[in-house]
Amino acid sequence: MTGALETALRTRREAGGKSLVPYLTGGLGDDWLETIQAVADAGADAIEIGVPFSDPVMDGPVIQLANDKALASGATPLSILDRVRRADIGVPTAVMTYGNIAYRMGWERFANTLADGGVSGCILPDIPLEETGEWVDAADAAGVETVMLAAPTAPDDRLPLICERSRGFVYAVGLLGITGVRAELADSAKVIAGRVKAVTDKPVLVGVGIGTPEQAVQACEVTDGVVVGSAIVQRMLDGTGPEGVAALVSEFRAALDG
Amino acid sequence: MSMTNPSDGGRFGEFGGIYVPETLVPACQELDIAFREAWADPDFRAELHRLLTDYAGRPSPVTVCDNLSEELGCQVLLKREDLNHTGSHKINNVLGQALLAKRMGKTSLVAETGAGQHGVATATAAALFDMDCVVYMGSVDIDRQELNVFRMKLLGTEVRAAESGSRTLKDAVNEAMRHWVAVVESTHYCLGSVMGPHPYPWMVREFHRVIGDEAREQCQRLLGGDPDVIVACVGGGSNAAGIFSGFADSDAELIGAEPAGGAAVGRAVPGIVHGSFSYLMQDEWGQVLEAQSISAGLDYPGIGPEHAHLAATGRARYEPVTDAEVVEAFKLLSRTEGIIPALESAHGLAWISREREQLAGKTVLLNLSGRGDKDVAQMMDILG
Repeated sequence: MTGALETALRTRREAGGKSLVPYLTGGLGDDWLETIQAVADAGADAIEIGVPFSDPVMDGPVIQLANDKALASGATPLSILDRVRRADIGVPTAVMTYGNIAYRMGWERFANTLADGGVSGCILPDIPLEETGEWVDAADAAGVETVMLAAPTAPDDRLPLICERSRGFVYAVGLLGITGVRAELADSAKVIAGRVKAVTDKPVLVGVGIGTPEQAVQACEVTDGVVVGSAIVQRMLDGTGPEGVAALVSEFRAALDG
Repeated sequence: MSMTNPSDGGRFGEFGGIYVPETLVPACQELDIAFREAWADPDFRAELHRLLTDYAGRPSPVTVCDNLSEELGCQVLLKREDLNHTGSHKINNVLGQALLAKRMGKTSLVAETGAGQHGVATATAAALFDMDCVVYMGSVDIDRQELNVFRMKLLGTEVRAAESGSRTLKDAVNEAMRHWVAVVESTHYCLGSVMGPHPYPWMVREFHRVIGDEAREQCQRLLGGDPDVIVACVGGGSNAAGIFSGFADSDAELIGAEPAGGAAVGRAVPGIVHGSFSYLMQDEWGQVLEAQSISAGLDYPGIGPEHAHLAATGRARYEPVTDAEVVEAFKLLSRTEGIIPALESAHGLAWISREREQLAGKTVLLNLSGRGDKDVAQMMDILG
């Protein structure tokens, strides 16, 4: 069965458009939920909600700082998911966090908590193909779409296995490195997007290193859409409020719709 | 039981695995294959043996401590890893990994360090093998171990401060992994303990197995048999894994001394961080807690997965010791034997000293994993 996340991204693709999935850190500041709603209204196809972890090894300085601030203000996985559950965001959401947050709550309970909260998908970047077992069983049973990452280092024979296992979309990691804004779109972004597109019909989104509308447009020459994280979270950290963050998302939307 | 190879997925019992970002999975798999091939290759083994002998100064002796034994009422022997080149057991693993990295065509090394011993050892190997080297160290540790920071720089290594989180070993591992993700094709991550994703816990233990294998033979000569108890300090657990592996199939009792403020096994809560599933200090939500220890080298909230397995199966016991007990042990060995131990190694002696009554009449082998020169400035402050 195709979940709400994949359906939304396929719908955009079938209409000839490109998908935009902003990442926002849950629990960051008092208005993070209002910001998510504003971002949805500004044209996001889906939204990634970061649940902070103390040791985010895949994340660069901006998202690390956002994690630390959210944790220091007392945010917990349940406090974030509880507020998401009671909100009407209007587009599908996916939680991005690290394996230990889900493991500690219990794979099944975590999956059920996401499903009960209306969260469509989940991304656990430190749970690679080799370790998905218990988690994807629980996620599949709860109807949560587990998005898998495909990195530039993957040999050709690994990519089809990742795409096969991925639900919602396939997250093509745009470069060798951690999350963060770069001056230029890495050459590796289009290469990995092309390699992944060649082996799957599922929506393929490029993330990591997409920091400007121009970079998003360039990546979308090859792929179905983009995930934008650090640039958005930087705006949250700057205290621009929901309108300020939504304004940036509107810029991405306009560029992709160009 | 003995300490055997992990499963294909890198599991010791239920512990271990390969919990890393997708970008790093192929590198870990490539390393697994390369290590298996190298470890089965007599030429690789011979070259490593030559380095350990002619460069690092192995075998390290076992010292029978008459004065200390008289004071404690049990016979204490020390496996003298403090006498290795660079001053600790860390050189065993680093020479193995650097040789392997060269064989794999890597041109650079990245490492994390706590007290600086692994950082200095890695910097040393990088100098010897003419490789570029970056070492991450928590800024708290940079302050308390400035001598080792200077050593690394002198050896041509770039030392970078880890400023996130607790700014100690845990955060240095995070930064080293983040660095590795970006340069994985040219760079080998020279991980300093029996932790991280498969194959590291297994590979690092194998590179330190020489400690236990030597000690077993030396004890046969000195005691006519195995000691009753083997003791080693445990942070991630590399020196303990090395000496335990030589005695796991004997009747000797295996004791790991954990800092009370970093007792991952003592709390016995499993979790996932830094590439493996093992015991981990964490809060109710799975956020990793900051360890607190006088010793920068043991200031780590996790423990290697094989130790979690040894604890779960009852083959080894892990006992907490306090900073105050460690300070006393540090003074005790200096005073009785003329050997200044690393604060890390003093944890093992602190346990022996505390448990002297139950150890009466027994033979106890302590892995003296490092020498205390690096800790002297810190101890001057503590002891006034």
